[in-house]
Amino acid sequence: MPPLTLLLQATNRLISLNAVDLAIIAIYFAFVLAIGFYLKGQSETGEDFFLAGREMTAWIAGLSFLSANLGSLELMGWAAAAYQYGILATHWYWVGAIPAMLFLGIVMMPFYYISKTHSVPGYLQLRFGEPSRALSAVSFAFMTVLMSGINMYSMALVMKVVLGWDINFSIWVSSITVAIYVALGGLKSAIFNEVLQFVLIWLGAMLIPILGLIEAGGWGGLKQQIARNLGTDTYTHLWSNLGSFTDNPMGIHWTGIVLGLGFVISFGYWTTDFLVVQRVLAAKDLRSAKMAPIIGAAFKMAVPFIVILPGLLALSVLPMKLVGEGEAVAQGMHSYNEVLPLMLARYCAPGLLGLGITALIAGFMSGMAGNVSAFATVWTYDIYGAFMNKKATDAHYVSMGRWCTIVGVLVSIGTAYLVMEFKSIMDYVQALFSFFIAPLFGTVILGMLWKRATPAGGFWGLLAGTGSSIAMWAWVKMSPSALAIVALSPNAKDMAENMYRALWSWIVCVVVTVVVSYMTKPLPEAKLAGLVYGCTEIPSEGHLPIWQRPIFWAILVALVFAVLNIIFW
Amino acid sequence: MTKGKNISIWFFIGVLLLIYGVLILTSGLLSPTPTNLVLAELQAPIWWGILLLALGGTYTFLFFPRR
Repeated sequence: MPPLTLLLQATNRLISLNAVDLAIIAIYFAFVLAIGFYLKGQSETGEDFFLAGREMTAWIAGLSFLSANLGSLELMGWAAAAYQYGILATHWYWVGAIPAMLFLGIVMMPFYYISKTHSVPGYLQLRFGEPSRALSAVSFAFMTVLMSGINMYSMALVMKVVLGWDINFSIWVSSITVAIYVALGGLKSAIFNEVLQFVLIWLGAMLIPILGLIEAGGWGGLKQQIARNLGTDTYTHLWSNLGSFTDNPMGIHWTGIVLGLGFVISFGYWTTDFLVVQRVLAAKDLRSAKMAPIIGAAFKMAVPFIVILPGLLALSVLPMKLVGEGEAVAQGMHSYNEVLPLMLARYCAPGLLGLGITALIAGFMSGMAGNVSAFATVWTYDIYGAFMNKKATDAHYVSMGRWCTIVGVLVSIGTAYLVMEFKSIMDYVQALFSFFIAPLFGTVILGMLWKRATPAGGFWGLLAGTGSSIAMWAWVKMSPSALAIVALSPNAKDMAENMYRALWSWIVCVVVTVVVSYMTKPLPEAKLAGLVYGCTEIPSEGHLPIWQRPIFWAILVALVFAVLNIIFW
Repeated sequence: MTKGKNISIWFFIGVLLLIYGVLILTSGLLSPTPTNLVLAELQAPIWWGILLLALGGTYTFLFFPRR
């Protein structure tokens, strides 16, 4: 029996798709595969396959930069988080992203781009030597396949709950599709498809907030209904309830949001996670590379409209109460993670339903492709090429990249089955971020801005930061009372704990890097050219009209960011 | 870069939106509205289908490979 016929007959589904919906999904799969086959002939060299030929415009690199992050966790996880924590979830899109993206574009991008590195671990190798690269590459590869597995699990869960599709079917069909188009066309194929997926995500998901706001009576009506349903107005304020751990649904203090999320985790993720940085490295010139994160930031500010708002609308208009995953399974109720599909089923007729489901699938696939293409690059250049086979030909590395894509997908599939055991997807990922990303940001930022940082300082700082983060996590797991020390309050919830753990691990990394650097011999300045502030000649943009300068657009985005925070204070 | 050797990614996007616009608009015009749908009276598939058609048509025309 053909698979689509099997899907049509699936039972226990939240919603049913008709032939038009299935046609829309099938056409999407055909398109992404067609793009992969079309680009196969254009990905023959390592530069083509791993860096898309370094010929992307600022717009393509910027949309891809954002789309690679707009995976299943964004769509499903943050809609669920908005239902649980209210508008506070928006912090992960605004203070938890915008300043860091602008900082990447204006301050850090010149060093990444001028050094001509192919990856973030590659930059660490140039700045701090092989040990730092090895540590960063191995931890990144580990984190990447875990993330990819989480993406798959999320997607399969949605398909099971929403459509009644078999969880194994969903995992295998989507992951094999991603493996094919990334293995064929490399980063170029991933980027092209990410732009396509970006458009579909918006067009497929935008109807929910539009129709939801109409039903709720606009933003004012939405706030009133939430306050009436929950008996509190804390779910619709961004900052005004963060003065105390107990005054807001997330159990977090503003210092955790500003320092832990807005500074350490956000800057760590957006400026050093190679999954997103790789897209910007593919830009055609330095100005495009600087503009790409700024364009991404402008669109990032709008993403809460399609992700956070549906969660808030669900608090207002859904007749049933959503609960945690465990309780949902035990009691036969709906869980937080089903917010988006429930809202989709509420408003979308046949055809639109297919488009909405395609948007979800596109989100899952863009996230997965981002992880897999970044994994293939780091494995090939920073692990295999650096430590196992240093003298292979370019063609050999391209071949390794293609095979690595397939192997990476298979490992991710295995991870997806492991991830099913964890009760909260988002909290788990936040824990991973604080293990690796926060200390890495400490190492990279000191490497770029401080000439005195030495190779030994960089390596030991990174190791100590990562180790301390894992140790703190294990400490709280074994002794829950340790939460009062790590997160500064016994009332802190998982996300708050992750924020503070990231902050401490970053501080440990920076302190150890500084101390060890002062105890060891610095590199001569000649060796730091192109890598460090003060030793690198950055091309002037003084000859450009003001509207073509990245700094102009960065200031504009920063102003809008500030105004939005004040409006929703 | 927005192009491969000769086909722009925006052309792919335009064609896809065009196809989706036709499918969703047709479905909106011909299929009966499910009774459990909220705000069904707004006929979202019809105006969303028209939007997709307009966007898809524009991008297909502007980024057609021979242009």
